This record gives sequence, C-alpha cells and structure tokens, in this order.
Amino acid sequence: MYKKSLSYPHLVWMTLFVVAPMLLIFFYAFTHSDSNGAAGFTLDNFTKFVEPLYIKVMLNSIWIALLSVVFCLLFGYPVAMILANKDRRRASLGKKPGGLLMLFVMPMWMNVMLRLYSWLTILQPDGLLNRFLNLLGLPQVNLMYTYSAVVLGIVYDFIPFMIMPIYSVLIKIDESVIEAAQDLGANKYKVFFKVILPLSMPGVVSGITMVFLPALTSFYISDFFSGGQFMLIGNLIEKNFKNPDLRNFGSAISIILMAFAFLSMHVMKIFNKSNRQMDMF
Amino acid sequence: MKKLKIGSFFENIYLFLMFLFLYLPIVILMIFSFNDIKSTSNWSGFSLKWYEQMLSDESLLEAFANTITIGIVASLVSCVIGTAAAIGIQGFKSGKVKGIINAVTNLPMVSSELVMGVSLMMMFLTVKIPLGYFTLLLSHITFCIPYVIVSVLPKLVQLDNGIYEAALDLGAKPFYAFRKVVLPEIKPGIISGMLIAFTLSIDDFVISFFTTGNGVNNLSIYIYSSVRRGVNPMYNALSTLMFVLVAILLFIINKRSSGKGDSPVIIP
Amino acid sequence: MDKHLIEFKNVFKTFDSDEVLSNINFHINENEFLTLLGPSGCGKSTLLRIIAGFESPTSGNVYFEGNDLSSIAPYERKVNTVFQKYALFPHLDVYDNIAFGLRIKKLDSKEIDAKVKKVLDMVNLSGFEKRTVSSLSGGQQQRIAIARAIVNEPKVLLLDEPLAALDLKLRKGMQLELKNMQRELGITFIYVTHDQEEALTMSDTVVVMKNGTIQQIGKPTDIYNEPVNAYVADFIGESNIISGVMKKDCLVNIMGIDMDCVDTGFDTDENVDVVIRPEDVRISEVDDAMICGVVESVIFKGVHYEMVIVSDDFKWLVHDTAKYDIGKKVSLFVKPFDIHIMKKS
Repeated sequence: MYKKSLSYPHLVWMTLFVVAPMLLIFFYAFTHSDSNGAAGFTLDNFTKFVEPLYIKVMLNSIWIALLSVVFCLLFGYPVAMILANKDRRRASLGKKPGGLLMLFVMPMWMNVMLRLYSWLTILQPDGLLNRFLNLLGLPQVNLMYTYSAVVLGIVYDFIPFMIMPIYSVLIKIDESVIEAAQDLGANKYKVFFKVILPLSMPGVVSGITMVFLPALTSFYISDFFSGGQFMLIGNLIEKNFKNPDLRNFGSAISIILMAFAFLSMHVMKIFNKSNRQMDMF
Repeated sequence: MKKLKIGSFFENIYLFLMFLFLYLPIVILMIFSFNDIKSTSNWSGFSLKWYEQMLSDESLLEAFANTITIGIVASLVSCVIGTAAAIGIQGFKSGKVKGIINAVTNLPMVSSELVMGVSLMMMFLTVKIPLGYFTLLLSHITFCIPYVIVSVLPKLVQLDNGIYEAALDLGAKPFYAFRKVVLPEIKPGIISGMLIAFTLSIDDFVISFFTTGNGVNNLSIYIYSSVRRGVNPMYNALSTLMFVLVAILLFIINKRSSGKGDSPVIIP
Repeated sequence: MDKHLIEFKNVFKTFDSDEVLSNINFHINENEFLTLLGPSGCGKSTLLRIIAGFESPTSGNVYFEGNDLSSIAPYERKVNTVFQKYALFPHLDVYDNIAFGLRIKKLDSKEIDAKVKKVLDMVNLSGFEKRTVSSLSGGQQQRIAIARAIVNEPKVLLLDEPLAALDLKLRKGMQLELKNMQRELGITFIYVTHDQEEALTMSDTVVVMKNGTIQQIGKPTDIYNEPVNAYVADFIGESNIISGVMKKDCLVNIMGIDMDCVDTGFDTDENVDVVIRPEDVRISEVDDAMICGVVESVIFKGVHYEMVIVSDDFKWLVHDTAKYDIGKKVSLFVKPFDIHIMKKS
C-alpha cells in the first residue's frame, strides 16, 4: 500500500517551491547585479550589514522579540498549567477535556490583520483606552507609536503559540508522578519547581521557538503600531525586497536572520537535550 | 481543602483576565461594527450601515472572493498532494531517506514565513511568472501541504497495517482495500488537515504580501493597506463576519476530532 | 495417500541482505494441521506470509495444488489468514467484518446472512452481529478474526500466533477448539507459534525452524522422542545436553563414563551431543551408580520436583516425584533407550 511514488508530487513540489527558492536567496546574497543584469560573486552584501545602523536594528529586534517571548511565557505558562490541571482533573473523573483550551487558542485562527486592527481601535489617541482613562479622570497615555505597543501586539498575536505546546506537555504528565512527589514529602511549591516545571521544559522550549522567530520577523506588527517609524529586522528585509535594486542585500539579511534563527534553535536544543519535538530542526 | 478552593478561585480569576485580554478587543470590535456613526470608539446608535457599505465595496468583495477561492483550491490541492505524500513517506524504510524527507517537509513550518515569502517572490521573479492570483495560489498550496501531511501521518502510524493485508486476504483488490478499510481510518486526519489548510490560507498575510502583485489582493493585504489610512467601522463589520466564519470552522474541526476521542487538532 | 496441497521448492528469502529463509523444501498435505515452530526471528512468519502472498520468495518456488503461486495476487488465493493482532476492521461492526469477504464475492444478502449466522454459531458468538469490534474482549476478537477467515471457506487457514495475546487459561481452551474446528471443517490449518507445548498439543505435523532453516519435520511424538539434534531437543522440551564421544555402535562415553545406548551409525570416536530428558533421569540414594552428584536446588512444580544435581561441574536437570534435600549425595541412572545421541550441530 505504501507506494513510495505517492510522495513524489510532494517532493517535487517542495523542491520547486521551497528548496529552490531558498537556494536562490543564497545565490542572490552572494552576488551583485549590475545594470547589465550580469551577476558576480561578492561578499559586499554581508559586509554592508556590519554597520552600526543595521547592527542596531538587529539588536533592537532581538530585544523586542526577547521581551515578547518573556511576556508570552510569563502570562501563558499559568494559563497552560491551570487548563491542564482542570483537564487532568476531568480526565481522572472519566470526562473529556473541557473546551477551555479551545477558547484560548481560537483567536490565533482569526485573521492576523483583524486581530491587530482590533487593538488599533483601542490604542489610538482618541481610542477606547484614553476615553476610559478620561472617564476615570486619569491622564491620557499615548501607547501608539511606541515599542510597548509593538510588544503588546506581538504578545497578543503569539501568546496562543506559547500556551498550546506547554499545555500539551503538561496534560501528558502522569498524575502518579505528582502523587509520588507528594508522597516523598514535596509541598506544592517543591512539586512545581522540582517535578512539573522540569517535565514541562520540552513544551516551554517549543513554545519559545514558536514565538521567538515569528516575533523577530513580524514586520507588519511594527508597521501597524508604529506607522512605519520603527525599523526592525523584518521591516528591513521587507523594504529591501520591495526595492528591486536592493534585493541582493535583502537576501543577505534573510540569510543572516536564518542563520541566527537556526543557531538560537540549536542552542535551545542543547539547552534541552531531552526534547524530542526539537528533532525536526 | 479550603486552601485548594482559594487556589482555584484565583486560578479562575486569572483565566478570566487572560480571557478578557484575548477577547475584549474582538468583542469591542464587533460591537462597533453596529455603530451608526463613523467612529470605532464613540457609540452613537445601532445600525447595519457598515455591513451594507462592506457589501457594496467592490475591492473588498474581490479581496474576500480571492481569499475564499484560494482557500478552497489550496486546501483541496494540498489535501490530495499531502495525503498521497503521507502514504508514500510511510513506504520509505531507510531512516536516513525518511529524515531528509521529513526535513524538507518541515522546512516551510520551521523557517520563518518572512523568508519563505521573500524566497518565493524571488523565484517567481527569476523565472518570470508575473505575480498575481496564480503565484498567490501556488504559494498557499506550498505552505499548506506540510500541515496536511502532519495531520495525516499520525493516523497512518496508528493504523494497524494488518487491516490492509486482512482485506487483501479476504479477497479485496488493493484499491478496494484502501477505499473500504484504510480510508475510513485516516479520514479524520485528512479532513482535519484540509480544514487546517483552509484556515491557514484565509489567515495568511506574510507570504501573500510578497507573492501577490498586479493589484490582486486577499483580505489580509486589503486590510493591511487600507487600515493604515485610518480606522473605519466597515473593517469592524468585516472582522465580525470573519470571526464568525472561523469560529464555525473551528467548532467543526473540534467536534470531529473530539468525537473520535483524539486530541483536537488545533495547533498549527 | 496424502495429497500435496502446498509445496516449497528451494525457497530463499532475503531482506536487505539478511537471509531470513534459506533453502526451504517441504510440503503440506490436505486436511493437515501443520505447525511452524521456532523462536521469534526464525522465519516462520515469513513462510506464512509467503503462502498468504504478502511476501514473495527471493528465489525458489511455491506450488499450490500444483500451480506456481508467484503469479497469484494475495486477494486471488484460496487461503485466509487469522492475524496475530486480529486486524479486525475497527470501523465495521462484527457482522460487517465477517461479511467483508463474502460481499467482495458478491453473494446475495440472504446467503451472506446465513453464512455469517452459521459461522458466529461455530465460534459461540451468536447474537454479537451488531457489536462494535472495540467492545469485544481479546478472546472474542480472536473468535471474530477466525470467523471472518473461515466464513470464506478457504482451502487453507493460516494462523499467525493467534493465541499469543490471550491469557493462559483462555489459550488452553482455544487450542482444543481450534483442533476441533479443523476436524469439523476438514481443511488445512497452518499454524505459526513459538510455544512448543501449543505445537505438540494441536498439530498433526510439526516443522521446527531455526535461523531460516528447517531443522526437523515430523509428528509431535517423533519430534519429542526422536529430536534430530540438540537444538530441537532443547527447544521442544527441557533437556540435559552433554558432549560425548561415540566409542562404537550402542556405546557412548559421557564425562569419562561408558554408557550403553541404542544409537548406531556414528563413526568411532566421533564427537556427539547426548540428550537426556529430565524425566528420564532416575535418582537413587544408593552409592552404586555410574554418575554421582549433590543436590543443589529443589523446586516444587506441582506434579513433580525439579532438581538440579551437580556432578563433575555438570548441572543435571532432573524431574522426580520424590524429593531429595539440598546437599544430599545421590546417584543418577539413565536407561539406554532414554539416551539420545545426536550429531554435533
């Protein structure tokens, strides 16, 4: 039944539309194109990046992505844990998981632009937030066009990606392991720090990777909340590709970004050797 | 016992606050879609005029139509290619070859959408396929296929290989055995995969942004380019519509998978 | 005269350069209960899968009623299989599972009804038609798997360790039922197992396999009483296997002692394996025997005591209804008839 040839259309498709384009990016990154359209090998596109201006953009982006990851983890982990506890309690009573998790991940399926748009109507200067503050007699805040708004947008956009994997690891923890820890004299906090947290690390790691990379590259969020003022690495790539003359440079930045992403994933992998889900990288 | 109750009380409060954080913006958005003045923060009265305006905005309707048709075609094509691929991949015995195929399959899921978008754009430009509806469709099929495979493969792994052989043993020809015995077993995976592909396709912005051109828009791109010009309750109306559509789809996916006792396939 | 129903001629099978079957030659008669016996990985299941058509020989031929099987697809063969893990179709109920093969043959529904009813009766599961497969116990699933196969009235029923997943008591009951069923149906059963007791209880013919080769073919009593080599002897039942030297016909030297035996046809001073069953060793307290030893351990086994008796560094396994205390000095006797001499393997 398992005829290998059945996978050939997929393999051909992936070669044409994933592998070949990636190779093309490599090609462009290491060449320059002059007005004649001829291409020659060069490292200029990479050396161009080593400029205070671009390095600052890169560091800025990493900082924002890290902040977003931390907030997602800080707010998402408790959600995942509470939901997993609830569902495990239900399971021990022979009931199916409640639909709560569904509610928490549903927004991630709504159109990403509409999700961001919803915050726009709240955050803008004459938006609901300021009206509300006004009503309480509090001073106005201007979050629009700040990094805080960008981080808020990223956290709002990606927190379900943190909740999901942590939940799915937590739900699989055998209740008897927790009972064993209690039996051996661990209190609530010891149980959490010595048993639950270490066991949930694979979920945390895949959550971090699922949030960090998109956060790093989500040019549209900073575009949305900064009106195009902030230049993050994603915006830099986007701008360079939208201009036909700058695509070689854009390719080089993409490669630097990819290299950075793979490197950070590799570090995470070493950091969490036991994590099988990471094998796909 | 009392302590436990207080704990779970705080737990519920926390969940509720997070729930508010996630849904309040959407609910506000929906409420103001029924506002009768052009404001998304100042309530004046109930009206359906923004829905009417939405339905008479031709470029919006065109973007909506593009989103839906691309969603349907991309999910169907990726469903066929992906299901066949999942079956074929099971046929590879060598771990090394399997590893390479898995790496290629996972590539679109693990590499950044941004990089996928720009690399696809570069390829279309290089081979001189004009950017537009067709390139948009090709790109959507590309990022949908892996999700179909990921959703069908576990079903094939769970599948008792014996039942296919049992069907042959009882006199069924290979295709009949596949149709009558294997397909019913992996169908939930195929349908979930297709629905996931559809939702991903209608949700996508980044890859669409780079692979479309010549004025062909889908909803995400339409909103991206118009919202920067300012808010308009018409987009609230559109959001409301989209949210209801996705909610229904997700309800179906979840119903299907929980009915079979599997964990719901909602993780992209 | 027995009719050869299936015949293997010089069959070899390799998987990725691993030889799993090596020069298999044997035949299976009509209405025979034949068991392929061997440890896991000996090639017995591959042999069965070749008959079913899920594997084909790398070289050599298999004949079914005189016709070469290689060109016949699995779904065209007059054999049906009872799979090890049953392989019932989980999306179909009991009735539809059993009717699966009949529907392919396009029988009319009345006929299908009658046949399904009859076969359910036969496996003592009447009234289970509408039950889902997952609601059945392991033993019931097993019966349905058998019913699904025999309802097609195959010439040969292939059974791949069908009782392996059942508990001991259920297994014993099913062994008898299967044997009766085979007599009742009057068809050939080819049964794969690693359980020697199961093989001896049910079979007309036992084929003992090791590493892809056939070691011995014979009736259960022959295999047990006259194993051809130490491997078969050891696999078929617990044995004392001792290296010895053949002095002449009917005289063998074990551990420096010449002992009478009944085997002939070996070279003088040929090294041989000597096999003695634990129940064939007699113990006596008198100190006048050829072999003397000390009791090392005693375990009560229900019918008899199992004792290990050490003599000159060799540990004898002995079954006896009388108990001898640990540390006691005893003598061991073996009748010439119970000494089995085998070529070194």
